[in-house]
Order: sequence, then C-alpha cells, then structure tokens
Amino acid sequence: MSEYLLIFISTVLVNNFVLVKFLGLCPFMSVSTKLETAMGMGLTTTFVLTLSSVSSYLVNEYLLVPLELEFLRTITFILVIAVVVQLTEMIVHKTSPLLYQVLGIFLPLITTNCAVLGVALLNIQQKHGFIESAIYGFGAAVGFSLVLVLFAALRERVAQAEVPEVFKGAPIALITAGIMSMAFMGFTGLIKL
Amino acid sequence: MTEITAIIVFSGLALLFGLLLGYTAVRFKVEGDPVVDKIDNILPQQQCGKCGYPGCRPYAQAIVNGEVEINQCPPGGEVGMLALAELLDREPKSLDTNLAEEQAQLLAVIDESTCIGCTLCIQACPVDAILGAPKQMHTIIAQECTGCELCVAPCPVDCIKMVSIPKTVTNWKWSYPSYQY
Repeated sequence: MSEYLLIFISTVLVNNFVLVKFLGLCPFMSVSTKLETAMGMGLTTTFVLTLSSVSSYLVNEYLLVPLELEFLRTITFILVIAVVVQLTEMIVHKTSPLLYQVLGIFLPLITTNCAVLGVALLNIQQKHGFIESAIYGFGAAVGFSLVLVLFAALRERVAQAEVPEVFKGAPIALITAGIMSMAFMGFTGLIKL
Repeated sequence: MTEITAIIVFSGLALLFGLLLGYTAVRFKVEGDPVVDKIDNILPQQQCGKCGYPGCRPYAQAIVNGEVEINQCPPGGEVGMLALAELLDREPKSLDTNLAEEQAQLLAVIDESTCIGCTLCIQACPVDAILGAPKQMHTIIAQECTGCELCVAPCPVDCIKMVSIPKTVTNWKWSYPSYQY
C-alpha cells in the first residue's frame, strides 16, 4: 500500500511530467491562458491518461509480450491512445454537452500529448504491474493538472502585470514556467524510491 | 514468420478497435443538439419574435451557432439573460436597449366597437389568445395573452391597445427564482 502511495506522490511532485520530465509541454503552454479551460483540460487529461495507461499495459502484457512482438509497442500504443481519446470524446459529447463545448479542440489534441505516450512507455520500462500502471498514469495526470492549473492562475495574474514590452506574451510565460520548474526541483529530496 | 504474426496482430487489433468505436458511435449517438434544448428551456416561450427570430427555439439555435448575443430576449429579462450567461459560460450583458426594455406585464385589449373582423391579429398571435371569426368581432382571452405586442401592427383599423396590468393584491406573485440546473 505504502509503495503505491510512494509511486503516486513521486509522479505528482518529484518526477512531475511537465516540469521535471518536460513531457506534454504543448498543452501546458497553449491551454493555460484561462483558469477554467485549464481545469477542464486537466480533468479530461486525467481521465484519458489513466485509461490509456491501463489499457496499453493490458495490450502489452497479454498481446505483445506473449507473441514476442515488443517491436510493435510504440505504434500499438499510439493506436490504443487514439482509440481511448475517441471513445472519451464520444461519451463526453453524449453525457456532458457543455463540457464538450468548453473542451472543444483540446479533447482530440490529447491524442498528440506526448505525456500520454510517455506514461505508457515508461510503465513498460519501469516494469510496472497492473495497479502500479493505473496509479502511475493517474499520478502523472494529477501532476499535469496541478501544474497546468497553477500555471494558468499565474498567467492570469501576469496578464494584469506591467511586463516590459519585449517580454510580453510567450517569453514571460516561458520564464514563469522555468521558475516553476526550478521550484519543483526542490521536491527532489522528498522521496527516495 | 514474425512479420506475418505482426501484420495479423496489428490488423486484428485495428479491426477490433474499429468495431468498438463503431459500436460506441451508434450507442452514444447524439440526437439533435442538447445545448439548444437547455437554452430553449430557459427562454420564456412567449414566441414573441422580439429577438429577430421566428420563435424561442430558432433563437436558441442562433445562440448556439454564435450568430447573436444572449441579451436579445426582453421577455426573459435580466434573470433569463443571467441564466443563459451562466449556462454558456459567457460574459453577462445588459439587455439590448434597442429592444423594448423589461417592463410591467402588458395585456392587449381590442376596442370591440371598432373591430372589423379581419382576422389579421388572430394570424399574428403566437399563443392563440385571440378569439373571433371573419366579419365577426374579435376579443382577447386575457389569461392567455403574453403581452408580446405582435397583434398591434397588423390591425388595419388600429383597434388594439396595450394596457399595463397594475400589480394588485390578486395578481401579485413572487418573482421567478433564478434558474437552477
């Protein structure tokens, strides 16, 4: 049990996918201008990431490994992720049309979020079991959402501030992200796995 | 041998996922546009056409398509606009002042001695609140009238007047609650 908790905390804080592993930076920069969209994006990513982490583990464990087709791993995972995203999109469209409208283009864009593929591949690399994969995926998504929401709040604040002309827009956002990343480096000593 | 297995496995997997997606597409088919229904529920259903659309549902559709602002519905008033803003996550806007502003409940009254029985007002009425027949005197069913003023313009002899109903102890009621959902 404590082992699972360790995996969770270490993926959320210590090995944060965005700020420490530098995966999934595109949505991190592009969807973080408004706090509400950032929350919606975080929520959807959490769902998709957990589901795709588990399903890609299952496909790898029960299909690719027994048939010795490990070299198909990357392309199969891309297929699995695309299907999971498409499924999520259809279900969200039916069950929550407003969330669907808010998320809009971001939902299909999760397909190309490198953090999603990264989690699936790292699961195999670190020889995670079924539950460990689920927790790892969920932790990565929570870390992603946490950082995304924090960053969106910061950017809303920065948008009000008097920023020198040359730093306006993307440059100040990148500097902010860099400082946040340095702050997250401070978690490194928290857990030793 | 491995190559053939790889091709079979990958094609099989793709086929399986394709079937799954196809099934989900049928199972979770979205009929109509649910957002339009939700907006339509908030609108007052007077079908008055003050927004420039032929009724409440076309207006709801136009809002979803992004053709109009959410402040074009005088009967819905401030409360209705705020409910729409909340539902659609848009900035609240005060009602368009070019349109009739929110006002006291109106009632159309036909001056029965002037009425020539042309039925034009009956055709204009969106809620069937006018009773009458060709060459017969028309009258307005007061309980049904929504005060939308659409019958005033078509009348060739100008016999329809809008009167405001003063609030009395008998017709006063609590103001509508803001919409919950």
